[in-house]
Amino acid sequence: MTKLSDTKSPAHDRNGKKLTSLAIRRVILEQSKRAHEGHIGSNLSIADIVAALYGQVLRLPAQYEDRDRFVLSKGHAALALYSALFLKGILSEEQINSFCMDGSLLGVHPEHTLKGVDFSTGSLGHGLSIGAGAALAAKLQKSSRRVFVLLSDAECNEGSIWEAAMFAAHHRLSNLIAIVDANKQQALGYTDDILRLSPMIKLWQAHGWDAVEIDGHDVPALAGAMNKPAPQGSAPRVLIANTVFGKGVSYMEGKIKWHYWPMSDEEYRQALADIEVRS
Amino acid sequence: MRKAFIQTLVSLAAEDPRIVLLTGDLGYTVIEPFVEKFPDRFFNVGVAEQNMTGIATGLAEAGFIPFIYSIATFASLRNYEFIRNGPILHRLPVRIVGVGEGFEYARAGFTHHAFEDLGVLRVQPGITIISPADFRQAQSSLNAAWNLPGPVYFRLGKDDRTEVPDLNGRFALGRTQLIGSGSDLLLVTMGSVTANVAKAARLLSAKGVEATIAVVSNFNPSPAEDLAALLASFPLVLTAEIHYTVGGLGSLVSEIIAEKGLASRLVRCGIKGMPDGLSGSLAYLYEKHGLSDKALAETALKELEYAADPK
Repeated sequence: MTKLSDTKSPAHDRNGKKLTSLAIRRVILEQSKRAHEGHIGSNLSIADIVAALYGQVLRLPAQYEDRDRFVLSKGHAALALYSALFLKGILSEEQINSFCMDGSLLGVHPEHTLKGVDFSTGSLGHGLSIGAGAALAAKLQKSSRRVFVLLSDAECNEGSIWEAAMFAAHHRLSNLIAIVDANKQQALGYTDDILRLSPMIKLWQAHGWDAVEIDGHDVPALAGAMNKPAPQGSAPRVLIANTVFGKGVSYMEGKIKWHYWPMSDEEYRQALADIEVRS
Repeated sequence: MRKAFIQTLVSLAAEDPRIVLLTGDLGYTVIEPFVEKFPDRFFNVGVAEQNMTGIATGLAEAGFIPFIYSIATFASLRNYEFIRNGPILHRLPVRIVGVGEGFEYARAGFTHHAFEDLGVLRVQPGITIISPADFRQAQSSLNAAWNLPGPVYFRLGKDDRTEVPDLNGRFALGRTQLIGSGSDLLLVTMGSVTANVAKAARLLSAKGVEATIAVVSNFNPSPAEDLAALLASFPLVLTAEIHYTVGGLGSLVSEIIAEKGLASRLVRCGIKGMPDGLSGSLAYLYEKHGLSDKALAETALKELEYAADPK
């Protein structure tokens, strides 16, 4: 069941690129522009989280059984994942340049048939259940692998998230780490206006999780929190990662429009310049 | 069927540690033999069928063979999208066990009646669907399908006593099993209504009408070849299922007749529309929906008369 080549190497060079949040943002912008696709703001808000995961957290040895699992439950931000997989050398330049093209495995939402993607996602509210099952499996198999699930804050509108949250806490799945991309926006507005979830941390604590708030753009802090050892039998951990929607691009930050909107040529030039100084 | 199924599962689990059982807080007096024997491989996830399906997906991806258990409606409808985007999309060996065929939870009412589970799952590619005719077929079908690489849906009846005469638990994936060899009429049946169909065939025989019964116990792999060969020999065919007449066995037979260009006339017996909410015993509901032995025999005779003299 080996899906990946050996990715143990800490060097993230590929074609002179390094796996940094800036590099991820650059690929997100390049590919969104080329493919004339939206979801740019949602991708940009998780660039630092994905940089931490793929740069410093996920253990991806050749042996599939020992590999950490990652579920991108907010599947609409697959481009951020593809960008990290590309910068890590798991996807080729040709593959990343096929994003949203006819006959490409790199669609708007991730497909498990693509090397490096553990689970297909896109329907919100599904990923934490899968992650809970994956974590339970690791526990039953006495494996040290960990399971990371990246959720959006609006995704927590889905009742199934809380079914999974209760299960994971009840079974003390200490090998399960959820990260909530708390960018406070959703498709049609601000989360607090649509269905209030704040204070998010209290919702998770009430469900029995070890919940902490964290700056979702601080890569070392994110990596440290994700890698924090969890004693066997302790509660599952959730990082409420406070992020800025569209982070790095001045005119996108905090703007609902950029959930779906693609960039014009002028906007693209501005965005590329912005991320150099703002992220 | 459900008790026989669990007994068989206990035997399989003793041989294969990949088997685990999850329930959405149902299965009282049924699942205990598994729970007692394998307490570490049993999880009551609570009343949360979506989550149960997601958990099973994660377990299966890591190498387990999870069985998820609930009443058929909750096991197939509440979590439908989780089945679709989970074990079906990822081609994982999750086994969904839905208990209570059609109106078997008789007085429990519409919310507990699975009239469309076969239909909604049959449209999905890559999931094997099994509906045994009796408890012996529940055992043989589990023995045949537990280790398939993709997902399986088992629709299990509650009756653990009735045995369909002359079926002897015969089961093969993608095949139909025949009972009798009459040439007047073909009765195609699925699930526990098969016992009524067998009785109806005897009532018909007493009136000089000899039928062949074709027991269809699974979709995907399709039994289309077997059925097409049979259908070619019969001008009249009745299907019987405790399911809406749309989407399940009746629809499958319609598709075969149309695609093969056969001349058989089809009469679909099953639930014909939105139930009216009137409650009652299982016997009452079989009668009400035309699925009792007598009702099925009467329908057959009426349709044969029509075939002889269509006015």
